[in-house]
Amino acid sequence: MNGLLAVADLRGDPRRRAHDRRMRRLLGGSALVTIIVSALILFVLARGTLDFLRSIGWNFGILRDLSEAPGWFPRRERFDLLTIFLGSVIMGMIAMLVAVPLGLGTAVYLSEFAPTKVRKILKPIVEVLAGIPSVIVGYFALKFIAPNIVTPIFSPDQPRNMLVSGLAIGVLVVPIMASISEDALRAVPSSLREASYGIGARKSTTTIRIVIPAAVSGIVAAFIIATSRAIGETMVAAMAGGRDGSGPRTLNPLEPGLTMTAAMTNAAGGTDQVNSGAPFQVLFFVGLLLFLMTMTLNVIGDRFVQRVRQQY
Amino acid sequence: MAIVSESQRSITRSEVHQTITRQSKHLPSIALGVVLLIAVSFTLLTLFALLARIVTQAIPALTEKGTGFLTDTIGSEASKVGIWPGLFGSFGIGLGVLVIAVPLGVGAAIYLEEYAKQNAMTRFIVVNIRNLAGVPAVIYGVLGLIIFVGWLKPVTNGGSVIAAALTLAILVLPIVIITSMEAIRAVPRGLRDAGYGIGASRWEVTRDHVIPYAMPGILTGTVLSLARALGEAAPLIMIGAITGLLPETSLSGKFTAIPMLIFSWSGRPDSGESSVGWSNAAAAAGLVLLVLVLAFNIVGILLRNHFEAKRVGS
Repeated sequence: MNGLLAVADLRGDPRRRAHDRRMRRLLGGSALVTIIVSALILFVLARGTLDFLRSIGWNFGILRDLSEAPGWFPRRERFDLLTIFLGSVIMGMIAMLVAVPLGLGTAVYLSEFAPTKVRKILKPIVEVLAGIPSVIVGYFALKFIAPNIVTPIFSPDQPRNMLVSGLAIGVLVVPIMASISEDALRAVPSSLREASYGIGARKSTTTIRIVIPAAVSGIVAAFIIATSRAIGETMVAAMAGGRDGSGPRTLNPLEPGLTMTAAMTNAAGGTDQVNSGAPFQVLFFVGLLLFLMTMTLNVIGDRFVQRVRQQY
Repeated sequence: MAIVSESQRSITRSEVHQTITRQSKHLPSIALGVVLLIAVSFTLLTLFALLARIVTQAIPALTEKGTGFLTDTIGSEASKVGIWPGLFGSFGIGLGVLVIAVPLGVGAAIYLEEYAKQNAMTRFIVVNIRNLAGVPAVIYGVLGLIIFVGWLKPVTNGGSVIAAALTLAILVLPIVIITSMEAIRAVPRGLRDAGYGIGASRWEVTRDHVIPYAMPGILTGTVLSLARALGEAAPLIMIGAITGLLPETSLSGKFTAIPMLIFSWSGRPDSGESSVGWSNAAAAAGLVLLVLVLAFNIVGILLRNHFEAKRVGS
């Protein structure tokens, strides 16, 4: 000891530093797991898709049924993509017709109108709704929405159809629509509202002309992310859609329909226990398309969410 | 003498007050209020109808079977089934989430918030995690089918509870990471600086100060991810959960879980001969699942609100 401090003295005990490095590697490893998961998802879907395309001999023609009665009949090697795509889109649209008014209305009420006491009770209730598992909403679709709402009003041929399934998926995505929109509405600075009141605007004018336009990118984000959830929803579509793995193409919401997700579960288990060949492998191909669709929607939705954060 | 009398003044005052506060006669205001109330009441009504339908349908099955509904095995007669194999499977899945997803997710969150430099790689990892959180559950099922049922067959013995637990642990991993990251980000800068100031290493600061402070938030994320994992059914269909007969429950054999039973039983036709049909059995299983999931959710929400309120106060 010469009384001077060297740099090494300030660095601390080498054993502690070595331990810190070990922890860094360990924690970094857990972060890397997420990258591996993404890579594996892509790999599994891509490999399965290749197997499928090889099974059908790269004959892309059978993915588009040009016959008089087109449809999705995997066991007969008829894979009309438009059938399941339209199924997902129609049920998704019905779901959003439910989720936008209910979700946005609830969000505006919670953020702008509800007294603090009401808000304190109402918000946890909306969160409880968000926590309800989709199989239970599927049960609700089969045992309540179908017999008590859709059948008495529209008297469809089948109790299970795209309208029933779409309405139930809507119930499932209302909380998503509500919570993301509410976050966006509450992010609008109160100075904007005060300025509006200051020039004599009423609450309704302020809400419609000032607050909602200021929060519009968050509301668009809520819409896009809720749409992505609606398209990715599996259990309700499989339980209430009314088709077990195959069916004709249809645009009528009162007829049974098949979503991309329901086509996947049916190919894997359900009624077609095949586990090999094109009728099974098609689930990877549909999965890849579904993955790309939902990811595109999520990325766009996320952009809008970020924009809200930057603005305020 | 005053220019205006006291009575005139009070009339003016009340007229001005009325003019300023008069909102009730403005039609658009009323319309907006009514529309919002309809939206909110519809949302509440839906939740109420759902709960009421599950509870009323569940009562016949639960009164007939009593606690036997929890301890008996599944079978082909609606009035005799129990959900023991489902409880066993769901318990295994919950355990898997706790043992795999929570440490991995919290570890990743600590790395990203405390260790990682703000560079392109870190941003990529974070964006990727956000994307993973939005991937449909059925796609995680495809992953589980190939990786955990197929490649890892020596470990999982095919479509077993272990494979299901691994699949759902991966599914909730992004939720654990995102909620833990938010909790860690909320830890005040000064707490870390004080630690570094007295010469603690990064890990020591993290272990002794950051994690304890962020614990409530991390706990909330854990509870919410457990609730999510217990309610998922789509990935279980993909990896081959069964719904028919399951004489014995084991870690390595065939398995089922409560959501799978609800899915299967809801679709079976009721014969109408017995007072307890499949829809009653499905509702009773649904009620058990709802109680489990909602209890977890409510605990999570309360924990979050409690600690949020505390933070603001401090």
